[in-house]
Amino acid sequence: MFENLSERLSGVFDKLTSQGSLSEDDVKTALREVRVALLEADVSLPVARDFVKAVQERATGQAVTKSVTPGQQVVKIVHDELVNVLKGDTEDTELLKVDNPPAPILMVGLQGGGKTTTTAKLAKRLKEKQGKRVLMASLDVYRPAAMHQLEVLGQQIGVDTLPIVAGQKPADIAKRAKQQASMGGYDVYMLDTAGRLSIDDELMAEVEAVRDVTNPRETLLVVDGLTGQDAVNTAENFNDRIGISGVILTRMDGDGRGGAALSMRAVTGKPIKYVGLGEKMDAIEEFTPDRIAGRILGMGDIVALVEKAQETIEAEQAERMMKRFTKGQFNMNDMKMQLEQMLKMGGMEGLMGMMPGMGKMAKQVKDSGFEDKTIKRQIALIQSMTKRERANPALLQASRKKRIAKGAGLEVSELNKLLKMHRQMADMMKKMGKMGKGGMLKQAMKGMIGKGGPQGLEDMDPAKMAEATKALQGSMPRGMGLPGLGGGALPPGLSGFGKKK
Amino acid sequence: MSLFGKLKNRLLKTSSKLDEGLDAIVSEKSEDLGGEPSVDATAEQATPTVDIAEKPSVSPATNPVEPPKEAKPDAEKTPTIATPPVEGEAAEKPSLLGRVLGRKASTAGPRRVLDDEMLEQLEELLISTDMGVETSLRVTAAMAEGRFGQKLSSVEIKQLMAAEIARIMEPVATPMPLYQKTPQVILVVGVNGSGKTTTIGKLASQFRAAGKSVVIAAGDTFRAAAVEQLQVWGDRAGVPVLTAPEGSDPASLAFDAMTKAQESGADLLMIDTAGRLQNRADLMEELTKIVRVIQKKDPSAPHNTLLVLDATTGQNALNQVDAFQKLADVSGLVMTKLDGTARGGVLVSLADKYGLPIHAIGVGEQIDDLAPFDPKDFATALMGLED
Repeated sequence: MFENLSERLSGVFDKLTSQGSLSEDDVKTALREVRVALLEADVSLPVARDFVKAVQERATGQAVTKSVTPGQQVVKIVHDELVNVLKGDTEDTELLKVDNPPAPILMVGLQGGGKTTTTAKLAKRLKEKQGKRVLMASLDVYRPAAMHQLEVLGQQIGVDTLPIVAGQKPADIAKRAKQQASMGGYDVYMLDTAGRLSIDDELMAEVEAVRDVTNPRETLLVVDGLTGQDAVNTAENFNDRIGISGVILTRMDGDGRGGAALSMRAVTGKPIKYVGLGEKMDAIEEFTPDRIAGRILGMGDIVALVEKAQETIEAEQAERMMKRFTKGQFNMNDMKMQLEQMLKMGGMEGLMGMMPGMGKMAKQVKDSGFEDKTIKRQIALIQSMTKRERANPALLQASRKKRIAKGAGLEVSELNKLLKMHRQMADMMKKMGKMGKGGMLKQAMKGMIGKGGPQGLEDMDPAKMAEATKALQGSMPRGMGLPGLGGGALPPGLSGFGKKK
Repeated sequence: MSLFGKLKNRLLKTSSKLDEGLDAIVSEKSEDLGGEPSVDATAEQATPTVDIAEKPSVSPATNPVEPPKEAKPDAEKTPTIATPPVEGEAAEKPSLLGRVLGRKASTAGPRRVLDDEMLEQLEELLISTDMGVETSLRVTAAMAEGRFGQKLSSVEIKQLMAAEIARIMEPVATPMPLYQKTPQVILVVGVNGSGKTTTIGKLASQFRAAGKSVVIAAGDTFRAAAVEQLQVWGDRAGVPVLTAPEGSDPASLAFDAMTKAQESGADLLMIDTAGRLQNRADLMEELTKIVRVIQKKDPSAPHNTLLVLDATTGQNALNQVDAFQKLADVSGLVMTKLDGTARGGVLVSLADKYGLPIHAIGVGEQIDDLAPFDPKDFATALMGLED
């Protein structure tokens, strides 16, 4: 739906022939596009305006490196500046201040922003990662069953909740929570307030009362990552009235561009501490400026792709597969697993969509016939094989092939295609396996299994990314076998692949 | 009306910023006409007063749901609705004329020549209401047509833009259709936290008040305590709520609910669903399964599929409408949380691009905080026009 900023810019810069340095006019034209891109990503207008101004100053007169186009250069400057703003200058190593037990954490925000879910997620994190004893209390006396919701979530994650007493005022519940937390020896107590509008004086006064009673160590504003221009008002009002110490963006697993992140950061100057990435209780992560910056600019989210792979590939399974691969073994069972993996990760289109600059590619791939349906058919073919055949595809001669094709309701030619693909992949695996234990395969696999993500991704700048994308684009449509590489088909593994070749 | 009044009050509170912005834009390069006689100001004030008088007749419906069965009152309403725009134009004319003839009926205050730069600034102003770049461009362009080079005051600009916005919104302001078929199945979908459950509670209460027998199926079997929340709403509205244990298949609950609703002869069956982000393929698949299953009972069901949208959502609302329309065949929209600081410009953008009917808007947490959508009131409120 949205045009990718790099595409937008390349349109503008196609007309430009002069190279050397960015002239003022170049920058102006480019920045108009940047501004539109920011606005379409729901960055608030005043924030977008200031941001563009800052970029203009930085960009004018900058030398353009020969290897990149002026467009890429501008994208890089914009990207860097975005990261800059998102990061801020506060070098807060500590995510949450939860010393001096019992430390109160106050959660505030609009209705439907995800406060209750986030409260539970944070509590789980504090409990499991930092070994804290946490008590949760719901101060939401308005929404039906809100207190019950927190109670149920508490049971699910094994965190205590304050017993519900009907008819109490929020400030009284807060007092009770404080009391119970200090008596019960809790390290942290979290107060989940009702959703409220920042312009609702009565309700804002109520939070103020709660704040005064508990004097929270952290006051976290929970904001829907899909919020539009209103983000500024909300952030400003909450910060003015209550004084927030950080922001949590929820629903960042959606396909919103997350411009609210920039608005929040710029307006409040408060760090964005976490992002919520789903409905499961562990779907919360620390905020990483680089990723959001790329997302706001519509450059695809490579890191998200890698992490999605981590999610779906079970580490153990991957480990086992790696061992097999390094030995040069790759049979139909492995192949099936890889194909299924791809489907799980959202199919070809889903994968392509996450890679930068691959929007168009997705279509090409579709045209070339390699789509999800093909993958499903290939799985069907493998399923029609006997166990022995799967373990040792060399067994297959004409009669077996006929039987398998029939079983899958397909032609023998399709089976042949599959076998060819398998052979290519097996060869590849053997080669990679021979490269030794420190070889590329292992690195690629590490990328999937290890937490930190592969090296070089973090500091990958757009120019490099564009290069990698080119390499990808070059190799993808030709080698039909490549998508089937599964683990290896991830961009980090693949981009390295293209280069070394 | 009172509901819209509430909305308007809230909106006006925040649209003062819009006002400031607009005033700043206008005064930036205005020729100072501060010495304009105060008589003119009163003359201008008189024009909007006429507008107020018309308004009650424009929005007679207090219920967002107008049964087609009541064809007669509808027929009576139609002429009342049809007339005001004509009167509105008539009321506008003298001021236009007056402007040409020595600018008598204009507002006091600075005026500015409408030029490219100002257009761009106006466009930004609209963008800041979440209207999106494209639609903002269209609205400002339509406003500027034929007025380029004229000197306009901020009130005039607001009126012109409000008129253009109302024009875009007019076709989508339709109440939810009711059919003879019973039970009429209403499927309610949306992303997490958009206000589906609350909206169902409010709708059920209104249907109930209109003398319909309503059954609610609590299809959000995923979120903790969602079922309890809906039960409270059901109690408030006096409507039975069918439930299933947490974690069970919502499609099977929908099927059971269909069976029960058919047996009990209910007029309406409202099915709540769990919130889902539109890019989650697995969850969207679950939704299509619910539709498939209820179609086994009644091939024409669901008769209405309402998409509940959070008005504070930015441009992602377009993605949401797009995805839900493709997968769940959305028949209408309900916009919630319009009582916040969000001005809901995204509605204009949605109307412009998709033209899906907006059945109702949510303006608060109380059971009666659901109002029919009135394009004119919305447009004036959005632009921060006072009447």
